[in-house]
Amino acid sequence: MPVPSFRPSPGRLLARALPEPRWRPGLGAHPFHSEIFAPGNEASGTGLALALARDALMSEEAAADQIRHVLWVQDRAAIRLGGRPCLAGLPPDLADRLIHVAAATPEDALFALEEGLKCRDIACVIGEIPGNPRALSFTASRRLSLTAEKHGVRLWLVRLDAAPDLSSARMRWQARAAPSPPPRWDPAAPGTATWHAELFRARTHLPGQWSLSDDAGTLRLASELDIEAAAPDIVHLARPTVGRSLAARVHP
Amino acid sequence: MSIWLARLSVDRWRRASTPEADAAPTALILDTAHGPRITAANDAGAAAGARGGMLLADARALCPELVAVPADPAGDLAALEKLALWAQRWGPWSALDPPDGLLVDVTGAAHLFGGEGRLLADVAAAFAARGLNARPALAPTAGAAWALAHYGQGPAILTPEDDPLRLLADLPVAALRLDDDVLTALRRLGIKHLGELAGASGAGEEDAAREAAARDGLRRRFRSRHSPAANPLLRLDQLLGKVPEPLLPVIGRPMPLVQRCLMEPLRHRTPLDRVVEDLAADMVRTLEARGEGARRLELALWRVDGEVLTRRIELAAATREAAHITRLFAARLDDVDAGFGIEMVQLRASWSEPLRLAQADLDAAAEDHGTALAACIDRLSVRLGPKAVTRPVARASHIPERAQGWQPPMEPVPAIQQALAFHTRPLKLLDRPEPIAVLYASPDGVPQRFRWRGEVREVARVEGPERIAPEWWRERSTVRLRDYYRIEDAAGRRYWIYRQGIAGDGRGGVPDWFLQGLYA
Repeated sequence: MPVPSFRPSPGRLLARALPEPRWRPGLGAHPFHSEIFAPGNEASGTGLALALARDALMSEEAAADQIRHVLWVQDRAAIRLGGRPCLAGLPPDLADRLIHVAAATPEDALFALEEGLKCRDIACVIGEIPGNPRALSFTASRRLSLTAEKHGVRLWLVRLDAAPDLSSARMRWQARAAPSPPPRWDPAAPGTATWHAELFRARTHLPGQWSLSDDAGTLRLASELDIEAAAPDIVHLARPTVGRSLAARVHP
Repeated sequence: MSIWLARLSVDRWRRASTPEADAAPTALILDTAHGPRITAANDAGAAAGARGGMLLADARALCPELVAVPADPAGDLAALEKLALWAQRWGPWSALDPPDGLLVDVTGAAHLFGGEGRLLADVAAAFAARGLNARPALAPTAGAAWALAHYGQGPAILTPEDDPLRLLADLPVAALRLDDDVLTALRRLGIKHLGELAGASGAGEEDAAREAAARDGLRRRFRSRHSPAANPLLRLDQLLGKVPEPLLPVIGRPMPLVQRCLMEPLRHRTPLDRVVEDLAADMVRTLEARGEGARRLELALWRVDGEVLTRRIELAAATREAAHITRLFAARLDDVDAGFGIEMVQLRASWSEPLRLAQADLDAAAEDHGTALAACIDRLSVRLGPKAVTRPVARASHIPERAQGWQPPMEPVPAIQQALAFHTRPLKLLDRPEPIAVLYASPDGVPQRFRWRGEVREVARVEGPERIAPEWWRERSTVRLRDYYRIEDAAGRRYWIYRQGIAGDGRGGVPDWFLQGLYA
C-alpha cells in the first residue's frame, strides 16, 4: 500500500517557523484566519481589520510586486448596523482595488467569503457578520480556516456585537475604540484612529492587550505614537530668524 | 436586383391551406378603427371584387360568400427576413425592402448563372418552386431595379450602357418609391410619368444654366422634405445613380446552440448534471471553432408534458471553460421540477464575444491554484444576484452619499478628477443618515451631547463645521445646507454628524441633526 505523501498546510508551517512569543505590529506573522470581535455601533472592528490586513499585505506585496483585489463581504444586517464602505475614507492604496459583496443572509456571506478565499486574484478577504448566526458554527469556521490555509489567502472576519463562541480562527481579537492622541495642531479635534485591542486566543503568541493606532497607514502601538508626536512636526522647515528682524530688509 | 413578392401574404396563406379553400373567394383582413379592412385577396376573391384597402363590409356587399381570414403582418415580415437570407444564393449581400420586396446585390455574380437573363429565370423558378409569385428585375441602381420590378412592362433588365431615363420614362411616378401625399402633390402638378418629372427637373437640357434653374425650382418646391421617400428629386437622383443610396443588409448570424434529445426521460438530478456537463463540453467546442466566448448562456429543458423550463446565466467575462459553465448551472438547477421527466435539453449562447484562443491551463488549475477573478465574480453573482457584487467608484458631487456610486467590478472605472483631500472622510457611510437628538450650547454651535440608537454619548472632541452646500443644479431651492462635524465621544468612538440647515435660513424650523458616518 503506497504511503500518501503528507504535506503540512501553510498555516502549520508558518506556525512552526516563527516562535515569537509576544505579538507586535509589523511582525508580519499573520495567520490565515483571524476573528475580531467589536461593538456594532462603531467602525473600530473594521478599522482594525483593515489596519492588520495592510500590515500583512505591505510586506507581501513589496516582495511580489503585484496588486491584487481586496474582497469586502457584508451581510444585510451588517450594512444596516454599520453602513457600507466609503470610498473617500478608505486608505488610498485600498480604494481602487476594493470589491464589495452585499449578501442578504449570513449563509450567503459565508459562501462569498469561501469563494473569495478560493480566488487567486484576491489579496485578502474581509468579512462582517453581526451576532452569532446559526450558520456560523464551528464547522463553518473550520471550513473557512482550511480553505484560507489551502489557498494562502488571509481572512479577517469582523464579528459585530457577537459573543466569542467556538471557532477555529487562529487569532481572535477583542477590539473597541479608544480615545485618540490629540493632534499637534488642533488639540480639540479627534486624532488618528486608535483602538484598544485584546488578543485573547492565538496559536503562536501569548495573549495580551495593546493600544494600537493607525498612523498614516502603518499600524503602531499607541504609546510609540505618543513619544514621536501625532502630527508631523515641520518646525525645521521654518528658518530661524537670528540676528535680524522679521521686517523686510531695507536696501540702502 | 430587386425582387417584388407581389402577393406575399396571400401566397403564405395559400401554402398553409388547402386547394379547396383557395377556390373559395377569400380575403385577408386586418382590424382597423373603422372595422375590418381587407389587406389582400386571393384570385377568386379578386375576381369577386375584393380589393386591398376595402372595408370587409363593402366587399361582402359585392360578394356575400367572401371568406375573411386574419392577416399576419409580423409573420410576413419574419418570412421576408428568412427569404432575404435565402436570396443570398444569387449574390453575397441582400437587404429587406418591406413590406414585400427584397434587394440583392448581384454585381459580378450573374456569370455564375450563365448571364443576367438566366439569372432572372432562375430567380423566378426558385420562387415559383416555393409557391411564391415573384417579379425580379435587374438594374445598375436599387431604385431603377425597384421601379422595373414593380411597374416595368417590357424587359426586366437594365444594363449600365442603357439610358435609364429613356427606358423608364413611361413608368408612373409611383415607381420612385414616394409617399402617398407626395404622389398627390405631383399629380396636382400634372406630373404623371417619370419622363415628365425628369423633364421638369431639367434633365436632358443642353444648357447647363437652364438645367440648374429647372432643378432649383423643383428643389425649392420640396425643400422642407429631407426624407428620400418625400423628395422626388432625391429619389430621381438615386434612380439615376447620381446620389448613393445606403441600404441595411441582412446578415445571418447563427447562435451557438447544442442540444441533446434523450432516449429516456430524465427524472433525477445526477443524470441531468451529466447531460449538462456534456452540453457544456459541446458548447465549448462550438465556441472554440468560432473563436468566441459566451457572455450569456440559456439552458432550456423540455419536459414530457410540454412544459419548457429555462435557466439563464450571465458571465462577467467571455468564457469557454466547460467546468465553469457546468458549476454555474449546477447552482441554478436545484429548483428544477422534472415532473414526468425531461426529454430534451438545449444550451444556447445568446450573447457571445470574441475570445482569442489561449494556451490551455497547463497546471491542474483551479483546484490547486485558485480560481480567476472573473470566475469568482461569476459564482458570486449567480448565487447572490448581479447587483450584490460591485466596486465603489467616485462620482462628481460634493454630497457624500452622491459622491460615490457602485458598478460591476470588472467594468473600467470612468476617469474623474480626484477631489482634494482637505477633510478626513469616515471609513463607513450609513445607507441613510440616522436622526440623532443633540444637546448644544447655541443653535448653530458645537454639539455637547447626543443620543443615537438609544445611548447618550458625551462629545469629547469636535472638528468642524465643514459646510457642504446643496447642489442647486440638481436639487430644489428649499433643500438645506449641511454643516458636518467630526466628533469623538468620551469612549473614543469617532463619528461624522451633520446639522441640516441653520436656524433662520428660511427653509424650515429648528435644524435637525443626523449621524452619517463612522470613523475607524
